[in-house]
Amino acid sequence: MTGSLAGALARPATALTTLPAVGVQHSAWLLLAFPAAGAVILLFGGKRTNSWGHLLGVAMSLASFGYAAVAFFAMLGYPAAQRSRDLNVYTWIPAIGHFQVSIGLLLDPLSICFALLITGVGSLIHIYAVGYMGHDPERRRFFGYMNLFIVAMLLLVLADNYVALYAGWEGVGLASYLLIGFWQYKPSAAVAAKKAFIANRVGDAGLSLAIMLMFAQFGSVSFAGVFGAVGSASPGVVTALGLLLLLGACGKSAQLPLQSWLLDAMEGPTPVSALIHAATMVTAGVYLIVRSAPIYDLSANARLVVTIVGAATLLFGAIIGCAKDDIKKALAGSTMSQIGYMMLAAGLGPAGYALAIAHLLAHGFFKAGLFLGAGSVKHAMNDEVDMRRFGGLATVMKITFVTFTFGYLAIIGVPPFSGFFTKDPIIEAAYAKGGTSGAILGTAALLGAFITAFYMTRVMLMTFGGSRRWDSASHPHEAPPVMTSPMVILAVGSLCAGGFLMLSNRLIDFLAPVVHTPQLSHGFFSPLSIITLAGVLVAAGGAWAIYGRREVPITAPRGSLLTIAARKDLYGDAFNESVLMRPGQWLTRLSVYFDNRGVDGLVNTVAATMGGTSGRMRKVQTGFVRSYALSMFVGAVLVIAALLLVRL
Amino acid sequence: MISPAHYVALAAILFVIGGVGVLVRRNALVVFMCVELMLNAVNLAFIAFARLHGNLDGQVIAFFVMVVAAAEVVVGLAILTSIFRTRRSASVDDASLLKY
Repeated sequence: MTGSLAGALARPATALTTLPAVGVQHSAWLLLAFPAAGAVILLFGGKRTNSWGHLLGVAMSLASFGYAAVAFFAMLGYPAAQRSRDLNVYTWIPAIGHFQVSIGLLLDPLSICFALLITGVGSLIHIYAVGYMGHDPERRRFFGYMNLFIVAMLLLVLADNYVALYAGWEGVGLASYLLIGFWQYKPSAAVAAKKAFIANRVGDAGLSLAIMLMFAQFGSVSFAGVFGAVGSASPGVVTALGLLLLLGACGKSAQLPLQSWLLDAMEGPTPVSALIHAATMVTAGVYLIVRSAPIYDLSANARLVVTIVGAATLLFGAIIGCAKDDIKKALAGSTMSQIGYMMLAAGLGPAGYALAIAHLLAHGFFKAGLFLGAGSVKHAMNDEVDMRRFGGLATVMKITFVTFTFGYLAIIGVPPFSGFFTKDPIIEAAYAKGGTSGAILGTAALLGAFITAFYMTRVMLMTFGGSRRWDSASHPHEAPPVMTSPMVILAVGSLCAGGFLMLSNRLIDFLAPVVHTPQLSHGFFSPLSIITLAGVLVAAGGAWAIYGRREVPITAPRGSLLTIAARKDLYGDAFNESVLMRPGQWLTRLSVYFDNRGVDGLVNTVAATMGGTSGRMRKVQTGFVRSYALSMFVGAVLVIAALLLVRL
Repeated sequence: MISPAHYVALAAILFVIGGVGVLVRRNALVVFMCVELMLNAVNLAFIAFARLHGNLDGQVIAFFVMVVAAAEVVVGLAILTSIFRTRRSASVDDASLLKY
């Protein structure tokens, strides 16, 4: 790290040296190579890989996870100050002036957490997809894309500079596009894929501008170079960097105002939803913010905007989750909301970085579990997703019910499940920020927790409780073991992950070399967490009063104004349509009009004038020789007359 | 006493007669003869001027004009013959296919 003095002074706790990778970490490129090989073989191998392609996809993902685990334990063997290891793989763009980009892999406590989450949860989803996609004729292509997703996400989190990170970032965008639109013969899926891609492009523009600004200001795009120089940059540049990076994060993590693609992304197969929502994609924005901590540390304004975006999105997503009857869309709203919590925590600065990562990891387990559960239900109900046509599934699908319940308890934050240990500290940290903003952010987070309890209880009751509302053609059955076993593992993760990460400050200490978050001194049963828990129970009870005690009508009641708005994603699409799409259309129509009437009009007028004139002029060619002779005669007379005149 | 000016005047009269003939007559053969008349009017003028200036330039040009006129008549009469064979008419007004 070429940390300048100013940079070192700004972040005394993180001024550690990045050492070259040695030993087993020296082959860290294997992490990327396994899934990359899988993707290449499956996508270019053709039909001959049809019979064993899915197994290769799973094997490559598992191999990558195995290597990540080995690298993780190797890292644990080093003292805390030596855990950041950089492996230079090759020089991507050789030095052109100052500009040089090497593909380097940075193995540090932060990136290894993500690598384990991506490959671990990703592998479980791969295994699940073997069953879920078992009857799909395009299963091989699906696994190729899934491996591509994993490799892009790993590149994103392991890159040691912003340009390589950007390459992974775009790869994630591509893979999500391919997977959301996997059933591209459905127009809705094709549209959803395009929507996700375009919304992401907006964010990508922010990230690429940030990278260009970094290079223009600091002459470097590597983490070490940028973080070393950012201390001496002007406050305006730092804030601009923070806001541009936030725009990028908003696109990938589906935060306001680029949230609209996430709900439509449910058009993809359910394992894809799980992968996007739990292990990859939406976590990228949080990673970007936390990785760029040295930039955000220096700009309170940028941090404030991050917290506002996070708090607004967590309420936004939660409210949408309350009104959706489609089980996957209700869960998608909940993802938006939970990522909002992470953004809020990341925006709190040093007090929240590790909390954001902790919630992200815990969320990876329980949200993947919930989505796989939803996929299992959908699978059993002949692809029905309307919860009003579910009901009473608890007795039919016992394993799914139990695992889903674990995820449910984790997300609403009931001790000792994960969410309790990771969400409550975020709420407390928001209040601890102090001042008006702290009070508002904390209250938003607290309200979000109550609403989460309401909509998740609603999902549980409408799906598993109450009377059986499905039609006689459905014969729900439990999924095969290849699908239930990942769900069971994820359920165990939902139970244990939060406590494991947060008790005795395990994750906070582990991440300390990268982001210095103060240890949580008090216990987890503070007055605030008691209030939270009480509110959660009240909200869950409220949901029970509406959806548990009473019969759920099969056709949705009209509902209040808020319900109607929430069913329409709180008019997110309408907003985009009226503010962005319509003016764009007008602009293009105006351009087309100007092109047709203005530019073409001018050219066409000239051409028509010429054509018309020549049309009339050619009438002179009568074919009568004597008239030609006359005109020649007149012409000769005129020429002679002119000559005589000139001479005179 | 006949001066060169008289010859020039005669040449002008012949030229106008020839020109009017080209413009008003329909028969291609007559048009040809009128063209010849114009050419020879010019020849006459050339020779008159040669006499006036006392050198031979005009007379030389008159020979050139005769050669060109002979060549022109050869080509022209050939075309005329072939038109007459196909159309049974020597009128220049009938040969009006080549038009807008």
